[in-house]
Amino acid sequence: MAESLKNKVAIIGMGCTPFGELFEKDVDDLIADAVFEAVEDAGIELRDIQAVWAGTLFSGMTGASVSNPLQLQYVPVTRVENACGTGIETIRNAVFALASKAYDLVLAVGFEKMKDFGFPGLHPTRSLSDKQHPIYVAGGTGPGRYALAATRYFERYGLTAEEGKRTLAKISVKSHYCGARNPRAHLRREVSLEEVIKAPMIAWPLGLYDCCGVTDGASAAILCRTEDVKTFAKRHRDDYVTIKGVGIAIGPGWGKNKEDYDFTSWPETEFAARQAYNMAGIKSPRKELDIAEIHDCFSIAELIASESLGFCKKGAAKEELIDNGAIVAPQFRKEVMKKWGASENEIQNTPSPEDFLPINLSGGLKSFGHPVGASGGREVIEIYKQIQGRAEDLSRQLEKVKLGLVHNQGGHPGRFQAGVLIIGAPE
Amino acid sequence: MVGIMSYGAYIPIYRLSREEIEKVWGGGSRKGERVVANCDEDSITMAVEAVINCLSGIDRESIDGLYFASTTSPYRVKRAATIIAAAADLRPDIFTADFTNSFGAGASALRAALDAVSACSAKRVVVVASDCQLAPPNSAFEPLYGDGAAALLISNAETAVSFTEKYSISSDFLDIWRREKGDTYIRTWEDRFVVDNGYMVYLREAIFHLLKISGLTIQDVTKFAYYAPDPRSHAGMARVLGLGKNQVQEPMFDVLGNTGSAFFMMLLVAALEQAKTGNKILAASYGDGADAFLLNVTNQTEMIKNKKGVAHYLASKMMLPNYGTYLRFRNLMEWEKTPMPGPESSVTVMWRDDKALIRGYGCKCKTCGHIQFPPQKVCMWCQERGYFEEVRISDKKGKLFTFSLDERAVFALDLPNVLAIVDLDDGGRVYGQLTDRDPSKINIGMPIELTFRKFHEGAGFHNYSWKCRPLR
Repeated sequence: MAESLKNKVAIIGMGCTPFGELFEKDVDDLIADAVFEAVEDAGIELRDIQAVWAGTLFSGMTGASVSNPLQLQYVPVTRVENACGTGIETIRNAVFALASKAYDLVLAVGFEKMKDFGFPGLHPTRSLSDKQHPIYVAGGTGPGRYALAATRYFERYGLTAEEGKRTLAKISVKSHYCGARNPRAHLRREVSLEEVIKAPMIAWPLGLYDCCGVTDGASAAILCRTEDVKTFAKRHRDDYVTIKGVGIAIGPGWGKNKEDYDFTSWPETEFAARQAYNMAGIKSPRKELDIAEIHDCFSIAELIASESLGFCKKGAAKEELIDNGAIVAPQFRKEVMKKWGASENEIQNTPSPEDFLPINLSGGLKSFGHPVGASGGREVIEIYKQIQGRAEDLSRQLEKVKLGLVHNQGGHPGRFQAGVLIIGAPE
Repeated sequence: MVGIMSYGAYIPIYRLSREEIEKVWGGGSRKGERVVANCDEDSITMAVEAVINCLSGIDRESIDGLYFASTTSPYRVKRAATIIAAAADLRPDIFTADFTNSFGAGASALRAALDAVSACSAKRVVVVASDCQLAPPNSAFEPLYGDGAAALLISNAETAVSFTEKYSISSDFLDIWRREKGDTYIRTWEDRFVVDNGYMVYLREAIFHLLKISGLTIQDVTKFAYYAPDPRSHAGMARVLGLGKNQVQEPMFDVLGNTGSAFFMMLLVAALEQAKTGNKILAASYGDGADAFLLNVTNQTEMIKNKKGVAHYLASKMMLPNYGTYLRFRNLMEWEKTPMPGPESSVTVMWRDDKALIRGYGCKCKTCGHIQFPPQKVCMWCQERGYFEEVRISDKKGKLFTFSLDERAVFALDLPNVLAIVDLDDGGRVYGQLTDRDPSKINIGMPIELTFRKFHEGAGFHNYSWKCRPLR
């Protein structure tokens, strides 16, 4: 019988490159920078690593893409790939290998070199669709496909174009505000609501600031079984974190071509979350979670994912999560809501502590950047460090973080690969 | 009696006002506008729509041949008629042929079809003429030419219009030409010389001779639908023939333009749209000689009315905002290069998926009855494997479920690229692109139909399939 993995595996070290347009670094630099930081953070030696999972969409083939730059000496390296959802898939495989007791100490590393192609945006033939069909994928881009969901969401929940744009803009203003305070983020600039709404259009209704950056970067995690923490975790004997739950759900893909798919919720995210919540024993995520990092390649992605993760009822994110400032870290809430143009009354009307759920305090993919294979692991780092009380730039540090959620997804609405990972302080 | 059983036409939605052309090049004060094919249209796609309109209400299985006429076939080598026949979902065991290299190609194809049916070599042959002429920028041709297509179904029975006589002249007179190598655009000789010594001579002679062998006078013919290179020559011919005002089929130079090898047939279709039982129509084509046909409208005309023809498509239009858009649509400049790789394709994939991509078929699950596009291996709805029947969806209508306007679709010639999710009225959903649309007038719920278009030129060939468009 399958058993819950809750608390069986620990993350004992993490590393992350600065995210950005790292023209002077090649992909090997990114991998080495992230991995050596993680190794140092764990307090282990690289040669102690017994197996590696390498996550990348298109920045390397085979396990050699990691083994070569690190000069790993004949250890197994497995390349995994789930498009933009690669990161959590990489960590999940490492977790399973430890739980099976095949290995004792493993590395999960995600990386992507996005900025060597000479044009903005994603590489069309190496991008989000692995179905390279001459006709069926023609005209499909990330923004164009996510915008289909925004248009439909506005229609379904009766938001005018202005209300819809404004709601999405609040998400981006918040993410930029947080990212501006995060030293390793790619886009470290605050933006005003006006700037977001009036920004050049990318794919109606999504403007420039509704879209995440195209970014180079890598992230890495060192994991062992929780029972072995005393053996391996030289630095984090007491403040390591454990895996509470993990879920991955891959959609049937052509589902978007069914008339009952309505683009306003992410079923793959719902199924992945259900697996993770069950494993973690979470009944009421909004109340039990202290922080969430959501896959916000686009503002609409954060909004719909927050509903599909069960943080509020479907269609209620505007009222229950956004307009009341519940998704903003308490210390930033007042300033962010001012930037939204909220009234003094709205600002005063503070959600109860258990209704607060800071989302993308790192800046999210929006502001921190989105090097495809690295994003999932990078999201984990934000929560890992928040739990440890080591948030980069302590103005971003939340009080008493015990449990956090990471949501990571690849593909596009109707054809997602979604992953949900829940980590927390050891019990 | 061999004759016309049905007709159809197609005219692209875009118009370029002659004023916009003059804004760039200066010059005279030509009025009106010309039709411009959308950037995803060519002579093949226009022909497909004309053929499908012509065959509405007629069993497509009953068609024995398809003749395509054009001077602008998208392929120099590769028979366009085969693509048109496949997109129109005709039988594979039919005779297809391309008639090219002359503005008289439409008439050649028509005459060949009449001969084939008369000789009982075929019962029903579709003739379609379609042209999308590239005019040299800042030339007299540029404001004059237009894009369009017309189709006629020639049958040995159930006809509404019969052909009573025909007459042809062949001439090596050189008035317009385009060489295999060295000419991107059509070229000509001094205009008065070519009109006076070519057009006026051969077309007049063909018309007079046809009347003579038919035992008719000018007054016996209800309508003259005849080609002319330009409005002046058209009026000149009417004068020379001594036609009464009501006998002249309006040549549409101000609303359509000269559509080359399709022009004669489009004029004939326009004449048929207004024809009454008992009318006699003289249709005449010019180009490398002349071909004239005498038609008799029989009492079955009502049967073929209400087809989508010239009048239908002239009634809806969108103006191109400027001359630059026209340059873009016709790809008349060398554009900025990008390191981004262009669209890719594969003959093998297109061959494998021909039934879906060209013939426009989805699948219907025999277990649960749901129609699905593209065709699936396992039913999206009941997850049963492999119990499907094929269902043609290219002629289905639907409603727009959601859309987005992509301003950064690099290889789209007409931004924004509109992604469209369309739920078909009879079941099934198409995840596609919306063409022939005004981005400011796209609404969820708007009625949509499918239209055969060129997607891109990945792998160095024309990649065709079906797009969505607001109901026209």
